[in-house]
Amino acid sequence: MHERTIAELAHGLRAGEYTSVELVEALLRRIEDLDGRLNSFITVTAEQALAQARAADQRLRRGGGGPLTGVPIAHKDIFCTDGVRTSCASRMLAGFVAPYDATVVERLKAAGAVMLGKTNMDEFAMGSSNETSWYGPVRNPWDTGRVPGGSSGGSAAAVAARLVPGATGTDTGGSIRQPAALTGITGLKPTYGRVSRWGMIAFASSLDQGGPMARTAEDVALLLGAMAGFDPRDSTSVDRPVPDYAQALVRPIRGLRVGLPREYFGEGLDPAVRAAVEDAVRVLESQGAEVREIGLPNTPLAVPAYYVVAPAEASSNLARYDGVRYGYRCEDPKDLEDLYMRTRGEGFGAEVKRRILIGTYTLSAGYYDAYYLKAQKVRRLIRDDFARAFEQVDVIAGPTSPTTAFRLGERLDDPVTMYLSDVYTIAVNLAGLPAISIPVGFAAGLPVGMQLIGNYFEEGLLLNVAHQYQLATDWHRAVPPGFE
Amino acid sequence: MTLGPEEVRRIAWLARVAIREEDVPEYARHLSRILEFVEQMAAADTEGVEPMAHPLDLPQRLRPDEVTETDQRERFQAIAPQVERGLYLVPKVIE
Repeated sequence: MHERTIAELAHGLRAGEYTSVELVEALLRRIEDLDGRLNSFITVTAEQALAQARAADQRLRRGGGGPLTGVPIAHKDIFCTDGVRTSCASRMLAGFVAPYDATVVERLKAAGAVMLGKTNMDEFAMGSSNETSWYGPVRNPWDTGRVPGGSSGGSAAAVAARLVPGATGTDTGGSIRQPAALTGITGLKPTYGRVSRWGMIAFASSLDQGGPMARTAEDVALLLGAMAGFDPRDSTSVDRPVPDYAQALVRPIRGLRVGLPREYFGEGLDPAVRAAVEDAVRVLESQGAEVREIGLPNTPLAVPAYYVVAPAEASSNLARYDGVRYGYRCEDPKDLEDLYMRTRGEGFGAEVKRRILIGTYTLSAGYYDAYYLKAQKVRRLIRDDFARAFEQVDVIAGPTSPTTAFRLGERLDDPVTMYLSDVYTIAVNLAGLPAISIPVGFAAGLPVGMQLIGNYFEEGLLLNVAHQYQLATDWHRAVPPGFE
Repeated sequence: MTLGPEEVRRIAWLARVAIREEDVPEYARHLSRILEFVEQMAAADTEGVEPMAHPLDLPQRLRPDEVTETDQRERFQAIAPQVERGLYLVPKVIE
């Protein structure tokens, strides 16, 4: 059963081929047997999952239920879950049990999905390798000596290893797309404001966006349909109807204008990754797409601007962890300042502390104009690049990540080398655009992802193109050896 | 921009994050490396460019000033490190 996609499972459950309880039991056994090799889950909620599955089976027997009734999923441990630990992979929140569900959790629950547990991630979503987690690194099922990418590395590894058919992720600079690429799955970062951020622990509020991860574009469409929509509790949520993403999948892509940014195929790109992406573009061409070269000249400024904006917003967001209202508190503080200093010094890991310090520095008196204000101006230049490109093309295609999965420990010595893992994904967050990563082949046995970027609220078109590509190819069906 | 140990200690204090003395040199090295990297932005011509705070340039939405939350003090305090009689406890501030 673990081989089936969400669309197939939803169909099989409705047809009575198996029950949700059987499905959940089978996947819980798989997690128990196999996750020791991956460390993709922080918390497995077996009892709650079985209770939810029993309720789903009852609804299904009565002929009721939604599109996802009885389908097992997992949530990245950044989404608050009522009564279940939400750690954000940090010692700071190691004992934190949220008193409410995030909107995303609430909506997927309402659609009938059954939660199997909470997945591992980089601490507070800060990382591109899933090595900064307080709960230890996640390993890539394609090669357990390598990283799955990050920060949604646990969700990506669990989906790739067929421990769960779909999972939620969040993407601030590539945290859904880069791990999706490195583990050979499909992951979508929606338009900023499309999916509610309420109850999603904040990292960089002007960039953060939740989204779905699964094996196929069709499954991602089903999950997104349940997750997306206006939420008055999130002040940046956009009040706009949610289209029927599943229906949009079937359109032929004849005449689709695809732009290849020359800046995404230059120096630093692994030639084998480049070759796989070029092959994928030829598939789209054979389906009738018209491909042309475009320019996004401000691309080199994206990673530098991001590492001003994101740490600045993080330093402000993470000020709330003070050891007073919830979370970790140091032992025997001698005064209030000692309580703050040691709680935060002991509760946060090294990468989180680095980003808090960078953000504090760039926002401190006398530096604001040179850093944060400058970065916000650069942000507009980057958005204008995309606006000009979308006058000529419908979607932009390129590699998701410059390399395949790298070895554990390989990029821990130099933070900037790690940051450059996201060189093709970060500009999308700065502009607030939607983008998807789909598997398009292998390089030396490791998956390669192609990124498709769309104009604002064009998630339906991205899923359409991804689905048409997946009808013509079977890279998304490849199973990591040992996880068949 | 290169940060020295003194500046790292000052920033850590501003951020209320304790850094162990033996870790200060590594923070100085890493933070300097990051700042040197982000300064590539300085070369960009942003004369007359309006700073962009929100990807969709949307204004902040306002809601009616009505009470919508219910009192959940006990639930919220159940996850606090130290509470007493409905109050959050911290070390003594005023002698």
